[in-house]
Amino acid sequence: MTETILDIRNLSIDFHGDEGVVRAVDEVSFTIQRGEILGLVGESGAGKTLTSEAILRLIRCPPGRITGEILYRGRNLLQLGEAELADIRGKEIAMIFQNPIPSLNPVFRVGEQVLETMALHLPGRRRTLRQKAIDILTRVGIPSAERRAQDYPHQFSGGMCQRAMIGMGIACAPSLLIADEPTTALDVTIQAQILALIRRLAAELGMAVLLVSHDLGIISQMCHRVIVMYAGKIVEEAPMATIFHAPEHPYTRGLMACIPRLDEAPARLGSIAGVMPGLRDIPSGCRFHPRCPIANSRCVVEEPEPRPLTNRHWAACHLAGSNFSPRSS
Amino acid sequence: MKSTEYGRLWRRFRRNKGAVFGLGVFVAIVVMALCADFIAPYNPLEQNYARLMEGPSVDHWLGTDSFGRDMLSRIIYGARIALIVGILAVLLAMVIGVTLGLISGYYGGIIDSVIMRVMDGVFAFPILILAIALMAVMGFGVRNVIIAVAVVSIAPFARVTRGDVLAVREEPYIEAARLAGIRNTAVIFRHVLPNVLAPIIVQGALRVSAAIITEAGLSFLGLGPPPPTPVWGSMIAEGRNFIVMAPHISTFPGIALMITVVGLNLLGDGLRDTLDPKLKI
Amino acid sequence: MTAFILRRIGQTVIVLLIASVIVFALMRMIPGDPVQIIMGSEYSREAEAQLRKQLGLDRSIMAQYVIWIGNVLQGEFGYSYLNHERVSVLLWDAFLPTLFLVIGTTIVGLLIALPSGIIAAIKRDTAWDYGSMGFAIVGYSMPSFWKGILLIWIFGVYLRWFPTMGYVHPWDNLAESVWKLTLPSITLGTFFSGLVARITRSSLLEVLDQDFIKAARARGVRPATLVYKHALQNALIPVVTVIGLQFGTLLGGAVLTETVFTIPGMGRLTVAAILNREYQIVQGAVLLGVVFVVVVNLIVDLTYAFLNPKIRVH
Repeated sequence: MTETILDIRNLSIDFHGDEGVVRAVDEVSFTIQRGEILGLVGESGAGKTLTSEAILRLIRCPPGRITGEILYRGRNLLQLGEAELADIRGKEIAMIFQNPIPSLNPVFRVGEQVLETMALHLPGRRRTLRQKAIDILTRVGIPSAERRAQDYPHQFSGGMCQRAMIGMGIACAPSLLIADEPTTALDVTIQAQILALIRRLAAELGMAVLLVSHDLGIISQMCHRVIVMYAGKIVEEAPMATIFHAPEHPYTRGLMACIPRLDEAPARLGSIAGVMPGLRDIPSGCRFHPRCPIANSRCVVEEPEPRPLTNRHWAACHLAGSNFSPRSS
Repeated sequence: MKSTEYGRLWRRFRRNKGAVFGLGVFVAIVVMALCADFIAPYNPLEQNYARLMEGPSVDHWLGTDSFGRDMLSRIIYGARIALIVGILAVLLAMVIGVTLGLISGYYGGIIDSVIMRVMDGVFAFPILILAIALMAVMGFGVRNVIIAVAVVSIAPFARVTRGDVLAVREEPYIEAARLAGIRNTAVIFRHVLPNVLAPIIVQGALRVSAAIITEAGLSFLGLGPPPPTPVWGSMIAEGRNFIVMAPHISTFPGIALMITVVGLNLLGDGLRDTLDPKLKI
Repeated sequence: MTAFILRRIGQTVIVLLIASVIVFALMRMIPGDPVQIIMGSEYSREAEAQLRKQLGLDRSIMAQYVIWIGNVLQGEFGYSYLNHERVSVLLWDAFLPTLFLVIGTTIVGLLIALPSGIIAAIKRDTAWDYGSMGFAIVGYSMPSFWKGILLIWIFGVYLRWFPTMGYVHPWDNLAESVWKLTLPSITLGTFFSGLVARITRSSLLEVLDQDFIKAARARGVRPATLVYKHALQNALIPVVTVIGLQFGTLLGGAVLTETVFTIPGMGRLTVAAILNREYQIVQGAVLLGVVFVVVVNLIVDLTYAFLNPKIRVH
């Protein structure tokens, strides 16, 4: 029986700005099971990074304000004090970020930073941990780890920095790794290596992964389940195969239609007309209706509730579940 | 820029209370300087031996100095000199400095190295010492104070301009303009300059306050406009000897000077925050 | 790193050379014939010619410059007839008080600036922040000579806590030396701290916004450690640069402070020498002032290179 590691309920994130309050993430709910890789997909600005950062409460509040519940193994992270939170960060839940080089402190040596993470959470003398830190660096694929641990971040390439960050992330064997666009800033060849590394480590450590990305290709390689976000809300959630082959939400369908296919004759590349609305211009009713090819009068007025479909698959669309052609553009 | 652009900037500026205060101070000083003849209750040079070194009273709101002259009037007229020196010196420095910076940044190479080394050489001088030395060469008086303060203010403008020009120079629209055949001077003045204006304006405000302090310092040392011209710096120097029995002679001009400088600095900071959002102070 | 050091030293030498030319040129432009001033109202042609030759004023400008530089490098700055003393001695005597004033100022300045800048950044947009920065702006905007007068009035005359003038060498009487330097150091120190506090705050705020701070927080680093270990070393780098840049301004303020507190330092010496048309003293003093500033800048740059691994290791 798999265990629920993370249970997010009705998570909303507001920001107080010069011109009023803006809701960037609206009532987002999902769970992550032990050992599974969950993909969080959406365009830039859909709210996926904010959602992922909210878990470890990395968002500055004020001006932000987080409501809802984030339950890690039953404990609500939003109610913990800084000290308790610091115990969880890096040890039970770890996070790696999009830009690897700026994510490392430029004035400290790389090995020193790995060591610091371990010294914070793991028992043992620094001397012992120092050796373990070097082992971690080797494990994530950094050659000549003992020598390279003495280097500064600016002497590492982007891919190596990301490996070092992953190393810091798994150093204390966390139950959950949050990966926010971990390969976006890297070359395509390095991307594949990093993804393979994450997949391998997740399997070896029995670690769950929340993989945030706008790149459907990456999601398809890595994830067991996928969540699709649009304009601050989740519009669809399903197992990987279902999302790719039988999506129900028009937005997801539109996304899939945008992917060029190698197994079919070349046709016009699909696109979704229009752009995702800014946070201050959220349309009435269903947020997607201005761009939706099948929107009807109900969609303009009434915001759709999540509609359960089959097998852990639901979509927030009034017309989900009805029969219409899989790919429309 | 369209009018809505100005409107947005103004709204943003308005929210910074310090900047608004600074603007208010600046406007007040300008008004004082322009309307001195109408506002001042007495002739600032008129001596009155019957009422020497009196504290504030109904007749003389800010008291009188060691020659019986009305402090309030002298302070109001003092704003005139401060402002004239500050603005003229900075304008002069701005024109020269910005031009040097534009040339230096745009053409680069040897011209850049030479200009910047000379600027460094000038910049290495403590401002006041350089100003004093220049005045020793040129003689004293208002005109020379302006020139001296201008000379020591050139370097900051040149550096700031050059820095930004180096960045702007690489922008695609500059290259496009050059490829379209526009001559270099036109490129510099019509395409580069507008895009580096913002920090120059900020620097301008800050330099005016620095100029006013420098001028006050020079006057304090006795190198400014000769007495009996009412200048805040020399008024403070005069009052120094009477600090115990008549502190107001030094204090009121000092307060006027301080408010002016604080106001101008806040204005400069406010302009910086408004015009360049990347710099968070 | 070595390349960097050598390059900086090279630049420093060039700047010093240019500055020396400027100094020399300026002094030659001062109206008034030094020979006349020295000799007074009555003198014979022969005596004048002899003195002129002795002072080297009969040679060409270029020659005079080269001779002067040559002498300077040997520590010989000339002779002051008005003071009946070698210029180098006058300069040394005046240099020490200024040096200690500057040291005192730096200590006071940093003691105020660094904590207030850090607190303002940590407690951003609160009363601590506004108060701190308000104090900094006032300190930086208030003319130092007026501030000195006020301090003299309040603390020297009215409260009688501190002396109001003069200077004592620290090795003659440490307590009295410090005591006499207190008010002047506070005067200039509050000015200096005004500049440094603001840059400390903005630099720290900028660093705290960086990705690596977020990443470190995500690893469980405690807030205090984040600021004092992770952020501060990064934030101090631009602060050190600014301190160097503002050093020239500091020396300018020293001139006025020395006048107000009657400290026999370089500032007073320079001003008096300019008014008395004493070329040699002014040349020497201004040159020394420039050397001081430039050397401090060099030290600052080297410190910067040391603090910033991107320059140190590569």
